[in-house]
Order: sequence, then C-alpha cells, then structure tokens
Amino acid sequence: MTLTGVSVRRRGRSILGPLDASLNGGGLSILMGPNGAGKTTLLRALHGLERVSTGDIHWTDPKDAEGRNQGFVFQTPVLMRRSVLDCIAYPLQLDGVKRAEAREQARARANEVGLNVNLDQAVMFLSGGEKQKMALARALMRRPRILFLDEPCANLDGRSVKEIEEILLRIKDGGTRILMSTHDLGQARRLADSVLFLHAGKLVEQAIGDDFFRAPQTAEAKAYLKGEILL
Amino acid sequence: MWQAARLVATFDPDLVEITALSLRVSLGATVIASLIGLPLGAWLAVNRFPARRFVIAILNALMGLPPVVVGLMVYMLFSRSGPFGVLGLLFTPTAMVIAQVIIITPIIASVAHQAIRELWADYHDLLISLQATRLQRIKTLLWDGRRALMTASLAGFGRAIGEVGAIMIVGGNIDHATRVLTTAIALETGKGEFDMALALGFVLIGLAILVNLGLHFISRTERGARW
Ligand SMILES: Nc1ncnc2c1ncn2[C@@H]1O[C@H](COP(=O)(O)OP(=O)(O)OP(=O)(O)O)[C@@H](O)[C@H]1O
Ligand SMILES: [Mg+2]
Repeated sequence: MTLTGVSVRRRGRSILGPLDASLNGGGLSILMGPNGAGKTTLLRALHGLERVSTGDIHWTDPKDAEGRNQGFVFQTPVLMRRSVLDCIAYPLQLDGVKRAEAREQARARANEVGLNVNLDQAVMFLSGGEKQKMALARALMRRPRILFLDEPCANLDGRSVKEIEEILLRIKDGGTRILMSTHDLGQARRLADSVLFLHAGKLVEQAIGDDFFRAPQTAEAKAYLKGEILL
Repeated sequence: MWQAARLVATFDPDLVEITALSLRVSLGATVIASLIGLPLGAWLAVNRFPARRFVIAILNALMGLPPVVVGLMVYMLFSRSGPFGVLGLLFTPTAMVIAQVIIITPIIASVAHQAIRELWADYHDLLISLQATRLQRIKTLLWDGRRALMTASLAGFGRAIGEVGAIMIVGGNIDHATRVLTTAIALETGKGEFDMALALGFVLIGLAILVNLGLHFISRTERGARW
C-alpha cells in the first residue's frame, strides 16, 4: 500500500498529513504517537471511513482495497442491540449466510478470542474488556486480508492482552496484514514488525520494529519512548 | 356506578357497538399513520438532504396542532362545497380515520425519528465498515429499533383513542354510524345519562391502561434486554 500526500482536514483544520508512506509485504505494523496524533484518523482513512481531503491511497493488490476484505476494530466497540452471539454473527448475516450457520461460526470465533461468557446475553451487559473481545471476534468473521485495530487492548487485563496478542500473531501468520494502534510500549515491542510514529498529524518516523526501539531517529520518538511528555 | 358496571359486564349492545367502532377507527388510523410515520421518521434519521430541517420543523408544528383545528380543516376539505366534497366522506368513519391520521402521524414519525437517529449514530461506523447496503442498513435499524417503533405506534394509538375534538366535528357523533367512546361520553354526560357515560368511561380507561401496560412491557424488555 502506498500513500502519497494524504491529508485529512476537518472544520478548516488539518488533522492529518500531508503524509507519504509505503507499507509493503505482510506483517504487523504498529501506529504509535500521543493522544490526538492522528492514529485513529489514519486507520479510518485507510479503511475508507474518513474522507481524504488530498492525496491518494493506493493498494498494490486490488483485492485488499475492497472494504469487505478489511476488518476494523474500533477504539470504542460498536454495540448492537442484540445478543453477543448475534453481534458477532452480524457480518456473515449481511453476506446472506443462514442465521444458524452464522451463529455457529460466531461461537467458534468467540472461543478463539477467549470470550468465555454467556453468548446469549445482551452485548451491553459485557465488561469493557469482553466488549473489545466481542468486537475483535466480529472483525474476524469475514476472515479479512487486512485487519485494522484501534487500541484493541486498551481495557484488557494482562491475561486477556496475552490471549489477544497470540491471536493476532496467529492470524498474521495466516497471511492477514495487520495495522494496529497502541499506547502500550511493551505490546508494541512484542508485536511490531514495523512502526509508524505519528505526532501532530505528521508521520515523524517509520522504521523496522527492532530498529525503532533500539535506535529511534527523531527527537520526538526518542522523547516518547523515554516516557517524556510530548507537546 | 353499579349500573355502569353492569352495562360493561353484560356487554350492553350499544356499548359494544360504540367500542367496536372506536377500535376500528383508531386502529385503522394507527396502522395508516404507522405506515407513513415510521418509514418517514427512519428516512429523516438516516438521510441528509437540504429540506430535512424544514420537514422536521413541519412535523413539530403539526404535532402542536390542536385536534379541533385539524377537525375543522378536514371538515372544510370534505364538506359539500370543499375540494373533496364529491367523495361524500363527511360524517363517515373514513373521515374520522383521516382526521386521526393527520393528528397522530407527526407523533409517530417524530418518536421514530428520535429513536432511529440515536441508533444510527451508534451503528453508523460499523455499518459503513461492513459495507452494508442502503437496504441492509435500513433493515438493521428498523429491526434493532423495533421496540422504539412499537412504542411510537402505541403512543399514536393512545392519542387517537382518547381524541374527541376532531372526530366530533368530522364524524358528527351520529348514532349507529359515527359514535365512538369519546364523543358518546360527551353526549351522554350532556344528557345527564351518567350510567352510560361512566360505562363508556370504564371501557376507555381500560383501553388506556392496556396501552400503558404495553408501553411498560416494551420498555421492560428493552431494559431487561431479552431479545
Ligand atoms: N471529525 C473531527 N472534526 C474535528 N477534529 C477532529 C475530528 N476527528 C478528529 N479530530 C481531531 O484530530 C486529531 C487527531 O485525532 P485522532 O482521533 O486521530 O487521534 P489519536 O491519535 O487516535 O488519539 P488517541 O490516542 O487519543 O486515540 C485530534 O486533535 C482530534 O481532535
Ligand atoms: Mg485514537
């Protein structure tokens, strides 16, 4: 995927870019940067949820560009007024899969992400972390080629984080390209094949995961990794 | 009081006839108003178009319209010298249904609009992300919002069944033709026939309680999230 001069403006203010980047091959890329850096905006723009004001997003493989081959896990899980199982099954029901069949697969995905709750209860009764697992299971239903995750582990405890990370590594090995934002430096270190570091809407640094953590090139990234507060 | 209770308990023929007509008119009006109001409300919630604010403003204005004025308008439209006079609908149940549709459609549309708008705000990103077609989006919103939509219709029915001003004017309260619960109560009270008035009142109260039980039940399943 190649981004050329991509920018997003809202209310007369530039909130992202202009931004040039290319992401090739498989693997798992981590988006990092302080609050308001533009991580969510970039992920949403790549997925086609955010109108791009200038520039162009080009997918090398046209199959990847298709929305239905992409999955998105939102920063705040979208809760439907349905049972947990029906929420997870929903993408397949849109595809015309029979309800029983879709629910059967949804049960398997729920198991896979470690969502061990009564799946027939209303989704709004789940805890914050369980809701995030529900959203991940739902995003996996169509077996996406590209998976976007916006801070998927923000409310999870250590064990759940580990479960999710294992799943992400597994589906990465299955050939799914993953782009994910996180504030968890440890997680970034564990997962990143490559890193995109954003600050104030600009792509400040892009590097191989190990290189980025060992020897960050820019002052902003150095400060961020040291835990200093970026202004 | 006892006399009134006896009239209800023995299914007094007049009472039954009046109640049946009331139900027919108000249920008819509710069905028609729901068919117009629910899709209209959902459509206003999901689509952005230039005249949207204008349509919503009109709906709100119509909602505040006193039923007597609606009755007067319908009367003038359907009276012999009015534009629809040739249809000969004045003083028929059809005219009463028309008046009630005008009164409750804005209520139903506005409750539906409110509910579907909230749902759409919640679902928007997910439905776009999953590439749901326009039809799938509407279907999902209507299905997941079904309780709120039932509430809207029930609220419309509650308003219709208790309405008196408009149907008095366009129906004329004619015995065995256009006499319904509310207009009959007004008449019997005027004549001093309190037993019959009270009996009709019991029936009306019973219906109102049923409507409220229905609303209560819907909101309880909503909160209890049994679906
Ligand atoms: N629709 C919008 N209108 C105006 N400003 C917006 C809009 N959406 C986002 N912004 C602004 O754009 C900037 C980037 O937001 P974004 O959500 O992408 O940040 P983020 O990196 O995901 O932050 P966080 O770590 O807090 O999730 C913020 O300053 C935000 O206020
Ligand atoms: Mg964000």
